[in-house]
Amino acid sequence: MNGAERDGVRPPWLSRWTEHHARVMFTTLGRLWREPLSTLFTAAVIGITLALPAGLHVLVQNVRAISYSWEESLQASLFLKDSTSPEQGRALTQTLQRRPGVARAGYISREQSLAEFRELSGFGQALDLLQDNPLPAVIVITPRRELTREQLQQLMNEFSALPEVEIAKLDQKWLERLYAILAIVERVVYVIAALLALAVMVTVGNTIRLDIENRREEIMVMKLIGAPNSFIRRPFLYTGVWYGLLGGLIAWLLLYGALQALTGPALRLASLYESTHSLTGLSPASSLLMPGVGILLGILGSAWAVGRHLVKHEPS
Amino acid sequence: MTDIVHFHRLSYRYGDSPDVLTDVSFRLGQGEMAFITGHSGAGKSTLLRLVALLSRPTRGQVVVNGINLSTLPRRRVPEFRQQIGIVFQSFNLLNDRTVHDNVALPLVIRGYRHQDIGRRVRAALDSVGLLGKEKMLPLMLSGGEQQRVGIARAIVTKPALLIADEPTGNLDPQMARDVMQVFERFHQAGVSVLVATHAIDLIRRMPHRILHLDHGRISQDSPSGFQDTAG
Repeated sequence: MNGAERDGVRPPWLSRWTEHHARVMFTTLGRLWREPLSTLFTAAVIGITLALPAGLHVLVQNVRAISYSWEESLQASLFLKDSTSPEQGRALTQTLQRRPGVARAGYISREQSLAEFRELSGFGQALDLLQDNPLPAVIVITPRRELTREQLQQLMNEFSALPEVEIAKLDQKWLERLYAILAIVERVVYVIAALLALAVMVTVGNTIRLDIENRREEIMVMKLIGAPNSFIRRPFLYTGVWYGLLGGLIAWLLLYGALQALTGPALRLASLYESTHSLTGLSPASSLLMPGVGILLGILGSAWAVGRHLVKHEPS
Repeated sequence: MTDIVHFHRLSYRYGDSPDVLTDVSFRLGQGEMAFITGHSGAGKSTLLRLVALLSRPTRGQVVVNGINLSTLPRRRVPEFRQQIGIVFQSFNLLNDRTVHDNVALPLVIRGYRHQDIGRRVRAALDSVGLLGKEKMLPLMLSGGEQQRVGIARAIVTKPALLIADEPTGNLDPQMARDVMQVFERFHQAGVSVLVATHAIDLIRRMPHRILHLDHGRISQDSPSGFQDTAG
């Protein structure tokens, strides 16, 4: 029997546990605080590494949002056959207007097309030389925004099949392509994020490994006087947590700063395009996510280092 | 009186080399104090390592404080080590921490309350005559004082058994005498003490049992150091 156990002065395990964790938390923080430069360097490396994929993610989100706002101008033009009379054209417009998936349908007669063309093109006098009006009547369709790409395609197929319609053409094919590119970029961002998460873990792991090497004697002495492995492990894990948290905060600051710096120019650019779109920043949720991810990676990195290197230092 | 340490026909060797200890049997009673002597390489340190479970016996059994060390699972080793106090030749203090923090470490490991720790650390330092040096770093102290810090750390948890491997090996004679007197005091307070040393002159004047090791065997077990142990 241990004398100390007989005294019965040890507090119950829960309060022992919390007190011990609080103690380790603050001593590890204090230790990092006393070496501000090296702590800051490590945290900055982690921060930059985390900020990179997060920044790319924000970029993709913004491009997506901008292109979505352009989607409002997404229109389909149904060029009618010359054999279709204006009455038939108007009637078809009415019918299409009521179709699900169509937000607006407008009829532009051959004469209106001609007038518009004359006004905008500057070829007015050349047109006067022509005997017939070469322009077809057009029904301009604005599809509903909530349509998926497949539904939109199906709608276009149906329009093409209409007997009055010569050609159905969806504007802004480029938008489709942009979406396709964005989808790829998004995947690339995920891959980069995964690789950089690994880099963060390796950074923390290596820092902790050096820490373990530097404190070999201390670890040995602790084992000699009966410290369980969990006790020896804990300060290193907390150090990893602090690095991760600091790195996450630095990443957030970097991203916040970058967004602040870009907001002005972005608004100017948007105004040039007569858009009111402003940069989508970090939501509170993703702001919390960054330190959270930092902490998680910090724990994993330090746990990896501790698992590999702590067992080596058995007292001999 | 129950035994605090019991070696039963114990042998130990490193790998394939010859036995370091051969067929060693002895008992240390509860509250008893004994010295282990012998030349360098006679197996003194190994014997203490076996008590502290820093090594496991090749053959035979060691029972310490009622625990059979041969069958103790690895994960329970820290818990066992907490029951004994160990003093080292090279002090093994953490030089970047104050005297107070060094002595407090075993209590921190056991999860004592903060106020409790302060009280016990002061009591332990008082018992080795170092009260008032809590805030100092180990390297600011003399060798003898550092070793007394080591002893304070070993006894702060009030272990039933105190073991020491060449505790005076790095000390000059005056300091060595002081340190031995500290062990003596703890023995008188009821702690079982086992000290490995080659400072024969020092211990012969003390009224304690001496186990003499020669080439890994106990060659002499004298009940009192007053006898002449020179073989």
